[in-house]
Amino acid sequence: MLSRVADSLYWMSRYFERADNASRVLKATYGLILNPAKFSTEERWFRAVSSLAPGAASSNVDLQRILFSLVADPEGVFSIVKCISGARENARQVREEISSEMWEHLNRLFHDVTGSELKPDDDAGAMQIVTLVREGSYRFNGIAAATMNHDEAWHFLQLGKYIERACNLCVLLDAYFVVGKHADDLDWVGLLSSCAAFEAYCKACTAELKPERIANFLLLKPEFPYSVRYSIDRMHDALTAIGSLSLSRRTENVERLVGRMRSMITYVQIGEIIAGLHKYLAAIIEQCRELHAAVQELYIEYPIEVAFQN
Amino acid sequence: MITETDISDRSGVKAALHRYEFNGAYDEMFSAVDHPRKQYRPLHNLLLNLGSDELRRSKSEADQSFFNQGITFTVYGNDKGTERIFPHDLLPRIITAAEWETMERGLTQRITALNLFLKDVYHEGKIIEDGVVPGSIVYTCKHYRREMRNIKVPNDVYITVVGTDLIRNPDGNFVVLEDNLRVPSGVSYMLTSRRVMKQIFPGLFQRCRVRPIEQYSQALLSTLRSLAPEGRSEPTVVLLTPGSYNSAYFEHTYLARQMGIELVEGRDLVVHDNIVYMRTTFGLQRVDVIYRRIDDDYLDPLVFGNGSALGAVGLFNAYRAGNVAFANALGTGVADDKAIYAFVPKIIRYYLDQDPILEGVETFLMSDPGQRDHVCQSLDEYVVKAVGESGGYGMLIGPQSTEQERSEFRKKIYAQPRNYIAQPTINLSTAPCLVDGIIEPRHVDLRPYILYGDKITIVPGGLTRVALRKGSLVVNSSQGGGSKDTWVLQN
Repeated sequence: MLSRVADSLYWMSRYFERADNASRVLKATYGLILNPAKFSTEERWFRAVSSLAPGAASSNVDLQRILFSLVADPEGVFSIVKCISGARENARQVREEISSEMWEHLNRLFHDVTGSELKPDDDAGAMQIVTLVREGSYRFNGIAAATMNHDEAWHFLQLGKYIERACNLCVLLDAYFVVGKHADDLDWVGLLSSCAAFEAYCKACTAELKPERIANFLLLKPEFPYSVRYSIDRMHDALTAIGSLSLSRRTENVERLVGRMRSMITYVQIGEIIAGLHKYLAAIIEQCRELHAAVQELYIEYPIEVAFQN
Repeated sequence: MITETDISDRSGVKAALHRYEFNGAYDEMFSAVDHPRKQYRPLHNLLLNLGSDELRRSKSEADQSFFNQGITFTVYGNDKGTERIFPHDLLPRIITAAEWETMERGLTQRITALNLFLKDVYHEGKIIEDGVVPGSIVYTCKHYRREMRNIKVPNDVYITVVGTDLIRNPDGNFVVLEDNLRVPSGVSYMLTSRRVMKQIFPGLFQRCRVRPIEQYSQALLSTLRSLAPEGRSEPTVVLLTPGSYNSAYFEHTYLARQMGIELVEGRDLVVHDNIVYMRTTFGLQRVDVIYRRIDDDYLDPLVFGNGSALGAVGLFNAYRAGNVAFANALGTGVADDKAIYAFVPKIIRYYLDQDPILEGVETFLMSDPGQRDHVCQSLDEYVVKAVGESGGYGMLIGPQSTEQERSEFRKKIYAQPRNYIAQPTINLSTAPCLVDGIIEPRHVDLRPYILYGDKITIVPGGLTRVALRKGSLVVNSSQGGGSKDTWVLQN
């Protein structure tokens, strides 16, 4: 596959996952702030913002503007609409690689979320966009799985999706466990819903909401699609598949990085890391970054001289 | 899908058809008011049984389908909403088996001769030596490429993909208006509009016995493969696009996907030791045939030196070395120059010793003083065209021009006579179109697509372009034109 194409597929997938993550978090947070709680509305928003737009969060946030800027602000770097546009722009570059059904769905979603100009104080309108993306995202993933060849292109999509998901989950967990310390049961429900995990958690651990158990579930549960462990396993699968297709390439560095990250999450127990959770999450994010750079160097932006040496 | 409708609404369509205006042009559907030609009777019946609401609904269903599929083209010079759907008319244009048979023979003859002409002017130049086409015209063509002299192209095929524009004159005969031998576009609209029409008019489509066009992509791929350098039994064919901001990008992606080949940009290509490679996740992979949708001038900055980032450095040397093939070859624009066009009947007679099956339009060369004076005296009767332009740019339509425009053009003609030709204004045929829910005549042309590989293949159909503005004779999409699905009927 063309390197440029692989790169576009990877980024299309990352952008889509980013929009998907933001829509989950906003939907859950919006539900949460409708309830009175000891944890104030501002703090809850602050937590959501700090997980979605790192650096943009400040203590005196304007609530109306925040929802708007996270959903539809054309200037906002992290807004959902911006991410959907980014996904579509990348898809546009590789239209011949993805299935027509995927393109049509993504294109329609793009036009739906950008079609009407959202006003900064229109909460209902903003939440409508969130819902569109929520549903659009499940559908998109389903369409992709059902209509594409599960070949190299597919593996680059998976890689992008899960590297993005792992990072987003780590940032979100950090916001709940480290940044905001006095969460109540409602907040834990909010965290679980932010990861589409409430029902799955109840099935596995009952509705008893214990922070440590929740952390264990969202970090280390290998069977749950929105856990960090699951994401890293899928990254590993994707990279192994890509590596086995291109036997001529020197894949050692990428294998080492993903293997190290995988062992770091596979052979750990929650009790060992819960006290130093911030450090642990930061380490995973850093390793994802390194992995991203290594993949770029191996498959996308390799120097020509290296290519002729092989 | 079209179903039943209520009576009052139906009489509206009937009345509209009854008011259908003729303006002296040949009408594709009607020989006289309420008298549809035989091949149009099923469509006419269907229209009589439909309401205008129904038509509007089908129209918006079709538009939605184009929009969702992203079948758009880019409008330059407009920051917002740069992607538009290609305006599409709901009513098909129907061509009989006999009409098509003549067209097919005529096009095959014409393309064969033009290809021989290209080979000749880039090698011995016999046709010039024999005084059939003046060298002063050939060598001054904007698209003549000296770099192509004595270069052997695969199978001696210069023009692999051609889109020839035909029009129907008031007698009902098809004549050639223009040959597009460089990078003709529009075939994706032909293919996608067929898909949409089958959804909307399934019953009518079946009743009419329309010949299929869906095999175009396979035919194109095997044509391109036939160009591969010797010894490359499993050649890698790629489509080279200028990128996603090009107005025809949709078409590039569409064709690449239909053929299952890579869509590459200049930056994906690397030339090393006169061999072209593309940069893939597996490393560098050799490229054998390039279906390039980039003009000659931008292919290789090393040779055509304009700092273009669209092509790749070294492509031309690899081509010269015979390690890669281009479709179309470089320098084919010399044969679709509008001044050369005037000589095509002679070119056909010279190489094939046959009379042309399809006529052209009478053409006056402004480089010829006698012809120039004659035309300039009555500019209001002629269409004047710049020879190296396409897309309907640089054109004067005499009967629809003002005195001021004419005097400006007269000055231009005298300043650069070689740059212009004139043709009598031809009343292109009209076809019924659905405009704001009413059926009205609009002028149309036809662009069939011709493939030249081991043999010449013409898929039965083409792009019927429509001048959507009332009374307009300009069908180019950049000038407010749209398209219609073209149905060629089975014998």
